[in-house]
Amino acid sequence: MNVDKQLDAKGLACPMPIVKTKKAIGEIESGQVLEVATTDAGAKQDLTAWTSSTGHTLLDDKEENGVFTFWIQKG
Amino acid sequence: MSETKKTNIILFSGDYDKAMAAYIIANGAAAYDHEVTIFHTFWGLNALRKDGKVEAQKGFLEKMFGKMMPKGADNLGLSKMNMAGMGPKMIKKVMKKHNAQTVPELIEMAQMQDINLVACQMTMDLLGFQKEELLDDITYAGVAAYLADAEDGNVNLFI
Repeated sequence: MNVDKQLDAKGLACPMPIVKTKKAIGEIESGQVLEVATTDAGAKQDLTAWTSSTGHTLLDDKEENGVFTFWIQKG
Repeated sequence: MSETKKTNIILFSGDYDKAMAAYIIANGAAAYDHEVTIFHTFWGLNALRKDGKVEAQKGFLEKMFGKMMPKGADNLGLSKMNMAGMGPKMIKKVMKKHNAQTVPELIEMAQMQDINLVACQMTMDLLGFQKEELLDDITYAGVAAYLADAEDGNVNLFI
């Protein structure tokens, strides 16, 4: 996947992953892709809800060794 | 994205855990692009107090009140298991381990995210707080200002 910006939110607790994701998405253009890595187990629900209600698209996500990675396309 | 949604939180409580919940929701809502207001009244005003001694002209009762209440967000007690101050010490240790943001950090982040921090002027007068005792860059208002925000609010909470 073509990633335009990466955000390392590993080790951060709620609400930081969402706050940082919001900031990072503000720094890319519409249509570009942000990759977010987090270790917060609540992030799957949080980021899914956040992307749908803020008009962005969650392209894909995966979990590997306790690290959750999300690819969000800016709306 | 259509029009901006609004989140309004009344922070009535002066407990560390409740202030933490209020500020986490507020920061989350700001990340949701909401216009966020936290209206501090009664004991919730203590979260906005500056740490340490502030010179202010006050009467005897106001001075007593000021001495008896926690000075700033870091000095708030817990709503449960406070245990004369042991509780907050323990929870801060656990928060550090889990990398959770402290209340002072959450307040700073709220200001960075342009969350509107409001102090209720009437309860400030009751508890004897003066503007110089509270954080800078906050606004002062009353019930009408709160209602104006709340009547078209999407999330309204009383904590």
